[in-house]
Amino acid sequence: MSMTTPSVGSQTPRAEWGRVRASRRTADKAMKLIATGFTFLAIFVLFWILGMLIVKGVGGLSLATFTQVTPGPGSEGGGLANAIVGSIVLTFLGIVVATPIGVLAGTYLAEYGKGSQLANLIRFINDILLSAPSILIGLFVYVILVEPFRGYSGWAGGVALGIIAIPVIVRTTEDMLRLVPGPLREAGAALGAPPSVVITSVTWRAAKSGMVTGILLALARIAGETAPLIFTALNNNFWFSPTLSGGVSNLPVTIYQFASAPYENWQQLAWAGSLIITVSILLLSLIARRIVRGSK
Amino acid sequence: MTAVTQTMPAAAAPLRKTPKGTFDIVFRNASFLAALFVLVLLAGIMLSMVVGGWPAFREFGFGFITSSVWDTQNDQYGAWPAIVGTLSTALIALVIGVPLSLGIAVYLTQLAPPWFKQPVATAIELLAAVPSIIYGMWGLFVFVPLFAAYVQVPLSNIVEGLPLVGTVLYSRSPSGLGIFTAGIILAFMIIPFIASITRDMLEQIPSVLRESAYGIGATTWEVVRHVLVPQAGVSIIGAVMLGLGRALGETMAVTFVVGNANRLSASILDPGSTIASRIANEFNEALGLQLNALIALGCILFFVTFVVLVIARILVSRVKTY
Repeated sequence: MSMTTPSVGSQTPRAEWGRVRASRRTADKAMKLIATGFTFLAIFVLFWILGMLIVKGVGGLSLATFTQVTPGPGSEGGGLANAIVGSIVLTFLGIVVATPIGVLAGTYLAEYGKGSQLANLIRFINDILLSAPSILIGLFVYVILVEPFRGYSGWAGGVALGIIAIPVIVRTTEDMLRLVPGPLREAGAALGAPPSVVITSVTWRAAKSGMVTGILLALARIAGETAPLIFTALNNNFWFSPTLSGGVSNLPVTIYQFASAPYENWQQLAWAGSLIITVSILLLSLIARRIVRGSK
Repeated sequence: MTAVTQTMPAAAAPLRKTPKGTFDIVFRNASFLAALFVLVLLAGIMLSMVVGGWPAFREFGFGFITSSVWDTQNDQYGAWPAIVGTLSTALIALVIGVPLSLGIAVYLTQLAPPWFKQPVATAIELLAAVPSIIYGMWGLFVFVPLFAAYVQVPLSNIVEGLPLVGTVLYSRSPSGLGIFTAGIILAFMIIPFIASITRDMLEQIPSVLRESAYGIGATTWEVVRHVLVPQAGVSIIGAVMLGLGRALGETMAVTFVVGNANRLSASILDPGSTIASRIANEFNEALGLQLNALIALGCILFFVTFVVLVIARILVSRVKTY
């Protein structure tokens, strides 16, 4: 209302406007500062964790870490050889279980099911499994594979990790197949190829790098999982049996058991193991992200 | 020309039809079965929890949820302290984690210089790649001693004797371990999930909306507060629920720092336990009814997270999350 006659009442409105603007500017500046501060706090925590691993873990790394087995209570020295190999075996087993199921299910959702009611339901349930607590999957595998067969085994551990990996692979496979342009499929079909051949030799081939990324991400996801292994593969301080029956040593559970143990060499090994596992997982996810960005 | 048109169909079509046709059917059914397997998995998890926990539910009835007794000598089990611990750690994680995540999302979409966006986004996403057990190590060996010395002890001295805060924030043994510590660690674990979904949501908002708000003189904060957040509102709540789902079921990190006390304490700075930490701690030594009680705890956790995640997924509906 004072806008019409600036010459008469100019003093008060201008002062008022100035005050409002100042407070708005302060609010803006404050919020910007807070948002920036929060971001740097999160980054700081990441580097704090990495720094801690390097400071405490590098000291425990030596040739023996990779050649000797985990030490028993009270014994000197020792390494993580059996735990590292066990972790690789279990993770590999998980991926072997999950890849065919995950890729085929993702293919169904993207190619056959598409908009069907059932496909939508499966997609929804898959998204829920994607963030389901891994401890529940460990319990599930305990109930179906450990209890009936009366014993912990590497197979149960591998299956548990596989179940965690499946939703990741289903999701990425479907997303990547959806990026493949329709005309490519039509061109294949026009040559007389049945759907299965179009999918396997046209669509899959076009989406290959994306699908590999999904598998890498699944690998990164399960490599550090601890909770499901406590109920399935457990752990031991020796070389595990080649049949994978009984406990299979692995890095995460070894870290869990060694970290707060009263023996100094155990703690050293827990830190070395933490460093190894974290560096491998971060590298894996960085590589996977690089591939995704490259293919886009 | 005529020769070609005559020989083509006769030679190619009927010969190849059978083997390819079989492969086609096999492939189609295999992928259908693989997709169904996802449903079977969820049903299997649910069923195994209910069946495995049934003896405990039958023995204690509804009292299993409300009872605070966890006595392995007399085989008496109640879930209440673990349920309260789970909910309170997750709530603390949200109270700390949500503002942080929203700030990060705003920074990434509105404030960061273009060349800086990608490295920051990658760093935040790497927070999600760090295994749970490593957060546990960091929490127990780095964060807990600092927290005990610089927060718990001074805070306990200040609030001692005061009403309400004197109980809620007073720690009888300032060890650094406890519900609140677990909540803080969880907050950093859920940040990458909430932040990256919120960022994706904010980026999807048409820039015309933003530009017109700037055009009428709004500041960046006002654009965020009055344009972007209302636009993305529902899906931000979905992202928060997704974070909640993570926080409820997190196991290893919490097991390291929560203190694993079976008793319920009035103070959030005292040790407690969550459903997941209780299971991880006792499972390998558990026998008989205790084992059933632990699976019954898992059953409760399953239904709570299931409801939270269903709501989350409905609200977020199809954003890219890996």
